Amino acid sequence: MENFEPEIVAFCCHYCAYTAADMAGSKRISYPANVKIIRVPCTGKVDAIHIMKAFEKGADGVYVAGCLEGDCHFKNGNTRASHRVEHVQKILEDLGWEKGRVAMINMSAGMGERFAGTALEFTEKIKALGPSPIKITNTDKHHKTIG
Amino acid sequence: MKTESKLEKVLASGALAVTSEVGPPRGALPDKVRQKANLIKDHVDAINVTDNQTAMVRMSSWAGCAIIKQMGLDPILQMVTRDRNRLAMQSDIIGAYSLGINTMMCLSGDHAKFGDHPMAKGVFDLDSIQLVQTVKKMRDEGKFQGGADINTPPKMFIGAAANPFADPFELRVMRLAKKIKAGANFIQTQCIFNLDKFEKYMEMMCDRGLDEQVHLLAGITPMKSAGMARYMKNKVPGMDVPDEVIKRMAGVSKEEQPEEGIKIAIESIERLKQIKGVHGFHIMAIEWEEKVPQIIEKAGLFPRPVV
Amino acid sequence: MITAEQKPLNEIINYISPYDRIILVGCNECVTVCAAGGRKEVGLLASAINLHFLQQGRTIEIKEITLERQCDPEYVEELVSEIDRVDAVVSMACGCGVQSVAERYKETPVFPAVNTKFMGASISQGIWAERCQGCGDCLLGITGGICPVARCSKHLLNGPCGGTSNGMCEIAPDVDCAWCLIWERLKALGMEKRYEEIMEAKDFRPAGGGGPRKIVREDLLL
Repeated sequence: MENFEPEIVAFCCHYCAYTAADMAGSKRISYPANVKIIRVPCTGKVDAIHIMKAFEKGADGVYVAGCLEGDCHFKNGNTRASHRVEHVQKILEDLGWEKGRVAMINMSAGMGERFAGTALEFTEKIKALGPSPIKITNTDKHHKTIG
Repeated sequence: MKTESKLEKVLASGALAVTSEVGPPRGALPDKVRQKANLIKDHVDAINVTDNQTAMVRMSSWAGCAIIKQMGLDPILQMVTRDRNRLAMQSDIIGAYSLGINTMMCLSGDHAKFGDHPMAKGVFDLDSIQLVQTVKKMRDEGKFQGGADINTPPKMFIGAAANPFADPFELRVMRLAKKIKAGANFIQTQCIFNLDKFEKYMEMMCDRGLDEQVHLLAGITPMKSAGMARYMKNKVPGMDVPDEVIKRMAGVSKEEQPEEGIKIAIESIERLKQIKGVHGFHIMAIEWEEKVPQIIEKAGLFPRPVV
Repeated sequence: MITAEQKPLNEIINYISPYDRIILVGCNECVTVCAAGGRKEVGLLASAINLHFLQQGRTIEIKEITLERQCDPEYVEELVSEIDRVDAVVSMACGCGVQSVAERYKETPVFPAVNTKFMGASISQGIWAERCQGCGDCLLGITGGICPVARCSKHLLNGPCGGTSNGMCEIAPDVDCAWCLIWERLKALGMEKRYEEIMEAKDFRPAGGGGPRKIVREDLLL
């Protein structure tokens, strides 16, 4: 679809992913403006319902970015987050949606390039998938911005 | 004598008894039953008719028994508690006895999941030991399980199954003791391949004096092929097939394997004859009934005694 | 607890499609513990239903409420203020809760969102296993605290059958043979002799064989 600019929500943990985003910023490595970052103390704080609400409010894609496996500042918050991402994927499949609209990404605080790279990759993926199914039918009427 | 059962008479005479089995057809084919019975009739004292074996629906055991009785032979009714509640079981026992059937086996039955109706509700209103108790109460007290009097009670010679090879091993003789306490008169065991383990089991049984309270018939199944031996070892629950047996079967060519299987069966029978407490043999040659006469003859168990 | 599992989403959608205003009612007891119908699950289901209908260009009004229990009239009564503002109720409680709500609010259709499974216990986080079938005549005192009615696939009272392998039931290699467990426990308790006592045929009337069961405590009636 031409001119489709996806709205992406990225839940980023303070210790790794958010710091990596900062690093990307300070190193002037750009990443798509489509990605709206929400900082959380740990990805373990992100529950399935937060991801679902993002989709309800019109996100085309959501990802949860946390520390590398084994490196979570709170031990296993990132593991819990990845299980919840899987749970949401299952709900999306039940709805007939592409499960690729939600993903779990891992990185360390110093990985500025990785943050930018994955942000771009995910945005491109969602561009290819097209707008969220709730928008296709509703276009202007029910288009909601992410609050 | 407790009953008119020919099997009881043979066992009481002190001779080694021989029984075998007929698996009824999965359809209304009485001739199939007659065919199979005819193959073995001169070589056994009594013939088991299995009851929905491996939870696959077949002609009912009592119907197969009635056909065999009409041929002038001696059937053994098998009844699993998986498919009937206590009303139906007692009802079928009276019915079977009225058709001349006087010997029966009480079993729990393979779980329905193995068969062609895994969606069915397993009944298990009674277990095998409670069924033995019920049949004994009907015969010796003339009462139904619920307590009411029976008008002309059925006099069944009561059998139960024993599997010396399921675990835990230490429990197996205790379970046998329970079945005897409940009223079992004879036992047919699961087919035996691990003779060392079986000898140990029999030792434990005789130590408790159980060989004087019940007649045990050792189960024998001839192997058709090494593949069958492996299948039984790995896929059939409660089966113990030692590696030596598989090696022996696999050690000969495919064409020679059936003959080797029969050789093993006969050797086993000869060894089992020497074990205290073994009062006979139950030959289970599934879909290979034509070999039963040969095995019985070569094992020196033919002709059958006339009682 | 009573365990349950959420029904497939399209089954729930099929029930509620004719309606524009629904209320999802969760339960704070058993179905919360087994993560099938508590507050969290109510939220997720509401979200999924909303996304489904938005996709069709339809908005349906979804209220969410989680009651302390749905099997007690006092709590079910709490729905009275909302019931006239909805066209249908989706209960995420076990069958007992669904029926209690349906009985109280006869004019509003009530649909179940979960399949009630069994009475069980938590083994570890995320795993629940069947432990009790409510046979009405508990024999745990003589089987070392392990139930042959609920845990033996054939509910034998004089087990095990001849199908055990490696202490496991013939039906699956990951299902314990209840009788092997009972035997080990009796040994540990020094109660081996108990094994040889024959357990008589069970009277199934207390287990439901005599019809739907009821308990009446005269001393507690108001």
